[in-house]
Amino acid sequence: MARELWEGNQAIAEAAIRVGLEAYFGYPITPQNEILEWMSKRLPELGRAFVQAEAELGAINMVYGAACTGARVMTSSSSPGISLMMEGLSYIAGTEVPMVLVNVMRGGPGLGNIAPSQADYNQICKGGGHGDYHPIVLAPASIQEAVDLMPVAFDLAEKYLNICCILIDGSIGQMMEPVELPEMRPVVRKDYPWAVNGAKGRPRRILTSIYLDPPEEEKTNLRLLKRWREAQEKEIRYKEYFIEDAEFVVIGFGTAGRVALSAVRAARAQGIKVGLFRPITVAPFPYKRLAELARQASAFLVVEMNAGQMLEDVRLAVNGSIPIEFYGRLGGVVPFPDEILSEIQRVAKAKLRADSDPIADWMKRMEMIAR
Amino acid sequence: MATLMVPENLVYERPHSFTDAPTHYCPGCTHGVAHRLIAEVLEEMNLTERTIGVAPVGCAVFAYNYFDTDFVEAAHGRAPAMATGIKRCLPDHIVFTYQGDGDLASIGMGEIVHAAARGENITVIFINNANYGMTGGQMAPTTLPGMKTTSSPDGRDVETQGYPIRMAEMLATLDGAGYVVRRSLHDPANIRKAKKAIRTAFEVQERKLGFSMVELLSTCPSNWNLTPVESLKWLEEHMLPFYPLGDYKVAPAVAAAKI
Amino acid sequence: MPAKGTIEVNDLYCKGCELCVAACPPQVLALDMERLTPKGYHPVHIVKEGCTGCAICALVCPDAAITVYREVTKAAAPVAAGG
Repeated sequence: MARELWEGNQAIAEAAIRVGLEAYFGYPITPQNEILEWMSKRLPELGRAFVQAEAELGAINMVYGAACTGARVMTSSSSPGISLMMEGLSYIAGTEVPMVLVNVMRGGPGLGNIAPSQADYNQICKGGGHGDYHPIVLAPASIQEAVDLMPVAFDLAEKYLNICCILIDGSIGQMMEPVELPEMRPVVRKDYPWAVNGAKGRPRRILTSIYLDPPEEEKTNLRLLKRWREAQEKEIRYKEYFIEDAEFVVIGFGTAGRVALSAVRAARAQGIKVGLFRPITVAPFPYKRLAELARQASAFLVVEMNAGQMLEDVRLAVNGSIPIEFYGRLGGVVPFPDEILSEIQRVAKAKLRADSDPIADWMKRMEMIAR
Repeated sequence: MATLMVPENLVYERPHSFTDAPTHYCPGCTHGVAHRLIAEVLEEMNLTERTIGVAPVGCAVFAYNYFDTDFVEAAHGRAPAMATGIKRCLPDHIVFTYQGDGDLASIGMGEIVHAAARGENITVIFINNANYGMTGGQMAPTTLPGMKTTSSPDGRDVETQGYPIRMAEMLATLDGAGYVVRRSLHDPANIRKAKKAIRTAFEVQERKLGFSMVELLSTCPSNWNLTPVESLKWLEEHMLPFYPLGDYKVAPAVAAAKI
Repeated sequence: MPAKGTIEVNDLYCKGCELCVAACPPQVLALDMERLTPKGYHPVHIVKEGCTGCAICALVCPDAAITVYREVTKAAAPVAAGG
């Protein structure tokens, strides 16, 4: 198919439709309204289900019901709306039914603002709702990558009977880029052995997240964990740039990773041997690959649009073996490539210690930047 | 007498749309009567093979153990939203929720109002027993003024704890509501009327005539601190005056269908 | 002459709540204080002549524990309990 100019949110919505989305339930919130609006036009004309719910709480529970029927279903929201959805997400995880969630992050906490942010990394990557569960989280850095990850997201959700989240920020949601969308595929409702769709010619089925007997709940938790470990083993995705001869490595996901790539290119042009590691699965996180890179590189520089949430995962991967530096912008501020380039230049020259406190050091530098 | 017990003399038996499981409800709780009426209607309408029930959080949290149909278990108050998701993906199936008053009229007020407003083609069986049964008899949105509960120990003081909500009357104001009625389970005549209403509600859904709800005044002997028989009397004397029985919404299309 | 009927109470379900005892028009039901169900309740049973098989006991029973039989006569053709 030809490359066309698409807005991120609309491209994501259309990609989901083309890979067999049967039902969408959502609620308006900036900066993801274009997903809801696109769905409101396209799904009814295709004879598929669309409901604008009374709130995110209603939307996620409609998704929950639809997921129980075995339909391909998704919702989308942004930070405050995702917080409201956490109840339903926990129930969906506990019931072991698949769904796709698009989370277009904005600045927080609280009402925050509508600017691009990555401050909800911990919220979604570490579960979010109550109980022991982990959603699968994919963090694309361009509209094309987001579009390409839509079928992957549904497949992962259905394979692991889990929530699969596409984690982006308002800039990817609202920018325009040339993209190639997938071909329209026919909708095929799978007859899952667990789906509730009428007990005709078979024993009845019950879908629930209640296990009053603690040993039964423990078994359920172990089952979730087993699937999660399998996903950790098999589904790690990342992209590496200029890694082969890199003496130190910048690490960033989504938009921060994309901005960092510009900075890394500029640094390379200046002869600095720096590479970029961009996790695509931020959950499961590529701990093993980063541990390997920590044996090759002399230092890591983590760049995020939050106060160092993924940094904690990187530190876990590195386990104190090499110094880690941090650069973050907060509250909806997107770093410029120049800012990251000067961080790269600083790290290239600095004498770093593996036992330094990257957050404390960065906060000192922030006093100059965020004045 | 044994000679009477032959198939041709059978007048009533346990509905086949029930599973074999005994309910977990307290003795004399009319939740069981409501369950039985639903089971009878599902059987009479031959719906068990294409019905999906949505259980609430509350005393009826285990409702899914008793009906021989597919079932899901919703989060507290969210049953109408979950039912919406199911119904939109399975429009020719029958989807019903079974909800208590805390679930439907308190934490789930948003979901129920909007499901009715959308004219969501689902059936809601709403059990009003004027308190939170499962958690130990706390004040519900339906608790009567002056009624003592474990969280209104001196009786519900409307000055500080507000007034009870009449759900059937409220939902009847919405254009999406096709059939909204209140019935009671306190005596045989009213139980018969309740069953007829449940049947009508499912017929309304089957004919895609919009949202249907049957509110059932129900007893809670354990938390009311009364015997099951005394509870029926208490319901009749105290709840009926506050929650009048009646048809609050019979949409023209429903009336015309002459169910 | 009223129709002759009888009931069969399933011990698995009966919780001895006595709603049927109170509702029975000919007042022929009582709890069986000599017996306990597996759950520990005294189940209901017929204590005297006069059951008409009207099925009101089954209609008010919260546990669907009662099966009702009635002799088929011209005067009393069976009707479903729920009517």
